[in-house]
Amino acid sequence: MKGLSRVLRPRARRVDVLVAVLLLLLGFGLAVQVRSTQSDGLLASARQEDLVQILDELSNRGDRLRQEVTSLTQTKSRLTSGSGAAEAALTEARRRTQLLGVIAGTVAATGPGVLVRITDPKTQVSASVLLDALEELRNAGAEAVQLEGTGAAGAVVAVRVVAQSSLSDDPQGVVVDGTKLVAPYRFVVVGDPSTLSGAMAIPGGVEDAVHQLDGNTVVTRAQHVRVGALRALVAPRYARPSPN
Amino acid sequence: MIPAVALVLGVVLGLALHPTVPAALQPYLPIAVVAALDAMFGAVRAQLDRIFDDRVFVISFVSNVLVAGLVVFLGDQLGVGGQLSTGVVVVLGIRIFTNAAAIRRHLFRA
Repeated sequence: MKGLSRVLRPRARRVDVLVAVLLLLLGFGLAVQVRSTQSDGLLASARQEDLVQILDELSNRGDRLRQEVTSLTQTKSRLTSGSGAAEAALTEARRRTQLLGVIAGTVAATGPGVLVRITDPKTQVSASVLLDALEELRNAGAEAVQLEGTGAAGAVVAVRVVAQSSLSDDPQGVVVDGTKLVAPYRFVVVGDPSTLSGAMAIPGGVEDAVHQLDGNTVVTRAQHVRVGALRALVAPRYARPSPN
Repeated sequence: MIPAVALVLGVVLGLALHPTVPAALQPYLPIAVVAALDAMFGAVRAQLDRIFDDRVFVISFVSNVLVAGLVVFLGDQLGVGGQLSTGVVVVLGIRIFTNAAAIRRHLFRA
């Protein structure tokens, strides 16, 4: 050792070599420490209790995130099943709209029914006779009704008859919901054909009344009639849907 | 000159060999390095004051490192290792700053 150092540096004393070795160690330690700090980040040089704390925080965060995942999964499944329910509700709402449209007269209706043709050669059949006929048809379960007659222009005019429909007298015929109709009249009715035709034939009923006025009633049953006249839907001015 | 070369050589060796620090020594190595740096700055200042003594340097270097390591070890045993190593780093940092200021005055006269 002494000889070697003397070869390298003839004047070197033992303490000089010691100083050099210490500084070598310092440089070495410095480089190693910097290297390990850079490569391993903070964790490698962290103390045990710090590591335990970091681990605690990490597992806490993991727990929180897992809870969040669970709640989000629940929300997702709720939303997906909810959208299924919304679709079912929409389908149901569409179906109800169709049914209510038939009742309100905003949708054309077809089905089995009868055609009731009423002639009036002497212009004696008044609105009240037609109203009686309509009431009989309703009592017999008419589900959709339209009343046809000759309009002002000479062509056949059809008016959908609904709950709010009005019938009033006119010198030449009747006025249905503001539309003037002249005989011959024809009811197009969807409902049970035998019940409807039976209702027309009741003694002292429609057929007899028309006959007394020198008119004639012809009831034709059909497996397929079409009530095609539509009625504009008027939004109620005062009534609003009540929640219950 | 030789000490500077030795220092650079040590850095190069540390970078080249890339050794792994044993787990038991991991808390002490940074403290030991800071303590050794303090001794080195003290030595440079003494050199500039023309009162440098190799024996004093060697002893102060070794004792600095050992005492710093011992303090941290004691702190670990007492459960205040983190705080004590911070304290050691602060004290040594202040000393390094003082020595650096003295060196600066010597070199730049300011």
